[in-house]
Amino acid sequence: MTDAHTTGPFIAAIDQGTTSSRCIVFDKDGRIVSVDQKEHEQIFPKPGWVEHNATEIWENVQEVVAGAIVKAGITAADVKAIGITNQRETTLLWDKNTGEPVHNALVWQDTRTDALCKELGRNVGQDRFRRETGLPLASYFAGPKVRWLLDNVEGLRERAERGDILFGTMDSWVIWNLTGGTDGGVHVTDVTNASRTLLMNLHTLAWDDKILASMEIPAAVLPEIRSSAEVYGTAKGGVLDGVPVASALGDQQAALFGQTCFSEGEAKSTYGTGTFMLMNTGETPVNSYNGLLTTVGYRIGDQKPVYALEGSIAVTGSLVQWMRDQMGLIKSAAEIETLASSVEDNGGAYFVPAFSGLFAPYWRSDARGVIAGLTRYVTKAHIARAVLEATAWQTREITDAMTKDSGVELAALKVDGGMTSNNLLMQTLADFLDAPVVRPMVAETTCLGAAYAAGLAVGFWPDTDALRANWRRAAEWTPRMAADTRDREYKSWLKAVERTMGWLEDSTVEE
Amino acid sequence: MAKNIQSLERAAAMLRLLAGGERRLGLSDIASSLGLAKGTAHGILRTLQHEGFVEQDAVSGRYQLGAELLRLGNSYLDVHELRARALVWTDDLARSSGESAHLGVLHQQGVLIVHHVFRPDDSRQVLEVGAMQPLHSTALGKVLSAYDPVAHTEALEAERRSFTPRTVTDPEEFETMLDLIRARGWAADVEETWEGVAAVAAPIHDRRRMPVGAVAVTGAVERVCADGELRPELIAAVRDCARAVSRDLGARPF
Repeated sequence: MTDAHTTGPFIAAIDQGTTSSRCIVFDKDGRIVSVDQKEHEQIFPKPGWVEHNATEIWENVQEVVAGAIVKAGITAADVKAIGITNQRETTLLWDKNTGEPVHNALVWQDTRTDALCKELGRNVGQDRFRRETGLPLASYFAGPKVRWLLDNVEGLRERAERGDILFGTMDSWVIWNLTGGTDGGVHVTDVTNASRTLLMNLHTLAWDDKILASMEIPAAVLPEIRSSAEVYGTAKGGVLDGVPVASALGDQQAALFGQTCFSEGEAKSTYGTGTFMLMNTGETPVNSYNGLLTTVGYRIGDQKPVYALEGSIAVTGSLVQWMRDQMGLIKSAAEIETLASSVEDNGGAYFVPAFSGLFAPYWRSDARGVIAGLTRYVTKAHIARAVLEATAWQTREITDAMTKDSGVELAALKVDGGMTSNNLLMQTLADFLDAPVVRPMVAETTCLGAAYAAGLAVGFWPDTDALRANWRRAAEWTPRMAADTRDREYKSWLKAVERTMGWLEDSTVEE
Repeated sequence: MAKNIQSLERAAAMLRLLAGGERRLGLSDIASSLGLAKGTAHGILRTLQHEGFVEQDAVSGRYQLGAELLRLGNSYLDVHELRARALVWTDDLARSSGESAHLGVLHQQGVLIVHHVFRPDDSRQVLEVGAMQPLHSTALGKVLSAYDPVAHTEALEAERRSFTPRTVTDPEEFETMLDLIRARGWAADVEETWEGVAAVAAPIHDRRRMPVGAVAVTGAVERVCADGELRPELIAAVRDCARAVSRDLGARPF
């Protein structure tokens, strides 16, 4: 980092992510003091199956925490609290007496519970638990993964019913180990992580007995559901011995928190391989009739919970990677902007990357990707432009769905993630949304959100207003597109989307 | 007509021989194909190997084209790549300095702004990405002119307009200023382009130590300077940022 920082105190945030674990130390202004990061192995036992070794992950977490503390040149005494953020939905069961995982963690991308989810839907279908949980029955979520483990690891159900087995998403696993593990570790999860299990009732914020019974999951394995910002316990052993563990948030919710989207109608969108957009909907959960998920945004201590609507786009950054790796039209991801900037517009071409079907708001698994509107005039530069526009139009579709569900118009979109370095994309986004697009100064909003929540819990920051005051605008793109152009282009995009549907004829997934 | 240099012709012939498909040839094959003595061929190959244009397989001892040739063909650094690499560091520069940060590259006869981070206060600011700045009077332009010979020629040949009474336009004075910039490793613009505005800039180098751009902080002269002098901590912050970006591009530590 580029200059001397104030001499503490600090907050340490642990981000247990899908590909790596990181620890970032923040100062009171929300600036990064030090970072350490370590990747872990992605285990693919069969097509569609994805696992992580939880023991490796815990070792990495300890290593990066030590690394970040050493790099910052500080000690446990300088750290006021530890915050946790994590890959959501990834599911682990472990033995509470030995601390040993009973199986590798089943990662959120793992699709082995597809058939089970269909079975659990019975005659109702994938929305069977939507009213209680805000979620469709889909293989991402933790509940069915727990059931799969109980059914498939020999003798596990008996051990679970005896009370020897603990379930947790990665927040629970990290907190349990941090606070002592077999030696008095606390078994908790936070409302945001619990809201991704398909097992928690969104309205009561408690485990739902009926769903537990339907999924045949014994209550004995479940962690206690706590708020996202409170002291769960203190770290036992390690470099941060004695420091309070004071927050847990799923990664996308942490980014919402780090972007200080504390008011109803405020939204953030994270542009990575895929894109996740969350909008704060205030203190009541909003049911979605437009294909979005309802989830808990955060809950600070004993304050009322704040809910969010979530929409995700499967293919955004990965489309640029596809242009680089599969098509060979560019040599680096950044070059897509160079190529796209060499023309004024898309030349009439539209690219709908429905590589594995259409997600929110359509949910059509029979759709496949399409490049529409091709003529002799179209060059690779026009296609590059259409690639960037695809990300912007898909964001527009999700914001439209959010407006329909919540009745709130988007005032501005806060963005983060790797693709925010693409200036043309950000301008296009502002043009298509007809709303300002704002990038904050700290790109690490996920870790920052976990640090903020932990800092609030221990009084390091007094309230959310103080956090808002820390927020700094690094760049803002304002809409420059004429309304009639936007409308005409949107219409063409929607026509292209229509042409992706029904490509697969014998789709096995119910609509 | 001057006679061509024989050893260069022979080296070129060797590269052509090794080009085309995945070709690996032994020393004697190369020597006999080109009608050279083994010793002569070996001397040329060793020189090419030293420059990275040819590589020798450790096991078979055969020769093939080197990675440096590929790099020569792809040496152009995409400005969007530069922005992506600089993003974290320029954010931190703006945050620590309290002023706006800019990233500039040489484009035609001026500096093209490829990245801009707002001053971290809540004021309304307009994104300046895509704007052009003059080479001879701005901090970014002066750094580029001092380190990049192409920028240097452009700045000397262009008309150096006087924007304020402090703009340096005389060619000799301009050269003296560039010498100082090279000696110090940074450039300043104190009300030489815009009244009331001052800036400090430092060069960004790639892995071959080629100057590929420059980074600057820009702000009101009364904040950037104290007691008539540029604030040393701003200069240090800009240089640290430039070094960090250079390191990310693969440049070895200075």
